[in-house]
Amino acid sequence: MTQPGIYWLQQILNALQLGSIYALIALGYSMVYGILTMINFAHGDVFMVGAFLCFLAATVLKLPFVLTLLLTMSAAAGLGVLIERLAYKPLRHAPRVSAIITALGVGLFLENLTLAFYPYPQHVPPLLHNVTWRLGGVAFSSLQLIVISLSLTLMLVLDYVVRRTSVGVAMRAISWDKTFVPLMGVPVNLIISITFAIGAGLAGAAGTMYSLAYPVIDPYMGIMVGWKAFIAAVVGGIGTIRGAVIGAFILGGVEIMVVALLPSTYRDLVVFSLLLTLIVIRPHGILGAPRVQKV
Amino acid sequence: MIAAIKKHWNRTLDARWTLPAGLAVGMVLAFAIPHFGLLNNYVQLVLIYVGINIILATSLNLVNGYMGEFSLAHAGFMAVGAYSSALLTMKVLPVAAYPALFHLAILAGGLITALLGLLVALPSFKVRGDYLAIVTLAFLMIVKSALENIDAIGGPRGISGIPRLTTLPWVFCWTTALVWLIRNFVYSCYGRGVLAIREDEIASELMSVNTRRVKVLAFMLSAFCAGIAGALFAHLLQFISPRVFDVVKTTEILIMVYLGGIASIGGSILGATLYTVMLELLRPSTVAGLLSWLPAVVFDPLDHYFIRHLGVLRMIIMPLALVLVMLFWPRGILGLREFRGFIPQRDRRSHGTAPLRRTNTHAAADSL
Repeated sequence: MTQPGIYWLQQILNALQLGSIYALIALGYSMVYGILTMINFAHGDVFMVGAFLCFLAATVLKLPFVLTLLLTMSAAAGLGVLIERLAYKPLRHAPRVSAIITALGVGLFLENLTLAFYPYPQHVPPLLHNVTWRLGGVAFSSLQLIVISLSLTLMLVLDYVVRRTSVGVAMRAISWDKTFVPLMGVPVNLIISITFAIGAGLAGAAGTMYSLAYPVIDPYMGIMVGWKAFIAAVVGGIGTIRGAVIGAFILGGVEIMVVALLPSTYRDLVVFSLLLTLIVIRPHGILGAPRVQKV
Repeated sequence: MIAAIKKHWNRTLDARWTLPAGLAVGMVLAFAIPHFGLLNNYVQLVLIYVGINIILATSLNLVNGYMGEFSLAHAGFMAVGAYSSALLTMKVLPVAAYPALFHLAILAGGLITALLGLLVALPSFKVRGDYLAIVTLAFLMIVKSALENIDAIGGPRGISGIPRLTTLPWVFCWTTALVWLIRNFVYSCYGRGVLAIREDEIASELMSVNTRRVKVLAFMLSAFCAGIAGALFAHLLQFISPRVFDVVKTTEILIMVYLGGIASIGGSILGATLYTVMLELLRPSTVAGLLSWLPAVVFDPLDHYFIRHLGVLRMIIMPLALVLVMLFWPRGILGLREFRGFIPQRDRRSHGTAPLRRTNTHAAADSL
């Protein structure tokens, strides 16, 4: 660990790990925004619920890792669809802000409900046997590799679904036009539910990865991680899937670099200042297209 | 019968003396309650919180409701007002000798915050909608993070030992003055500009609204009020730390605004009062006190299974209630409507109803 090059390689690995968790959450924000132009502020808390589900599966059911991941993802997906059907669907024609405030309410509800069961931070037991390899001085832990490769796989699958399958075509069509697409026989309600299910399922996966990588979880952790993932989605250009991933890796990289260079309390200060500058310079994000406003 | 009562009620509200008379009664009460100990300290504390929350909700409504932006920076403005006024009363002004200087500190806190409001207004020239929401969120995080990193003002530990100078009569005066200020602003020429920006910014600019000046004024006024509310809050709590002013605080204020209804001063007052009082009413001790007349057969199991757990349950009930309110009244209780007493005479006569009702609510709702 004496050479600076090795130290930075190590940090890049950390940044990739953090970035891939942010990316999984940011995708959910971006997909829902793309299809409904609605900021789903309860999404960070779905991620938190995912982490707690993973904790439950690991401690109560004592499931192996793969089953834990699948269970968490499907339960989170179900929760996402439930929230959409009960809280957002009745508000689809209401003012946009009512849906946002409802989302904030749902988020608070999930946080405080979890708090009622787990008032103290919980330790997630190690789900996988962790092995550390050394390659030319750089330490690779098997956990890091699994988190990064699993997230990348999920992202590639999502990219394939959105670009190549009929569901993906329907999603893109709905985000393009909401008046004529239903007339073409696209089942809008079903597609919106599927979008929520995919987004929430990815958040559940992110919750599992998070409890693998940073094993202390508490009911309020979804707030900060959720907001940061949202910021990543905005930086990349909200509504675009590739933008969300790029934004998340940039955010993860910047956070790790700031912690490596400065005292760790400066992290939020630097990250948010950079965000502010970026938005003022490029208001529509890295990959987002500027919208022309007409009178 | 109901129609007759309503007509009489409207006529009373239309009379010139109604609002001043109501305020005078409120003022007398605000001074009398602590002086003669008419209500216990706990109820007085709740009333003070109601006042502070009314200031916060009304001022946030100016930006989020009337101007149609989605600002999340309010807790940050509060923090700036709280810190600057607390430092003034503790380090600079001889408050112990001259308690009246406290108001100077509050005013200074408000003015410093207004200057920071300018900083948020500047990006709003270029950025709108969801992206402006992120800018304001970033502002909030930067303020919080900066306060955490300045060791001279306590860093993450915050400031403690602030003199307790916020009292019920003064909160009443500040609340009345600020709500009056915002109400006058909303019905002034600039207020029309604010509404025009919400409906359509480009069109309003073509109609010779100076959108930049209007935005700067609205943001600065909103920040000014939030700073004063923060200052009052600091001198009530006697302890402030950066953690007090986080996103959760902003969420609380947002809930008050949208519960009461956007673009409505009466709605914000209602929303802030309802939210604060409901949260206090749901405390285990309050509920137990209210239900103590029940026979022991009913009370004991109720207490055992429900009331004792309200400390946790109320935090679940409140968001659930918010979601239900939004599902059944998506515009909030008084959304885009106004309490008749707050509408100036000229508008009441010419339109019959609040002018806001005639706005294009769809566009207002769409612009976020």
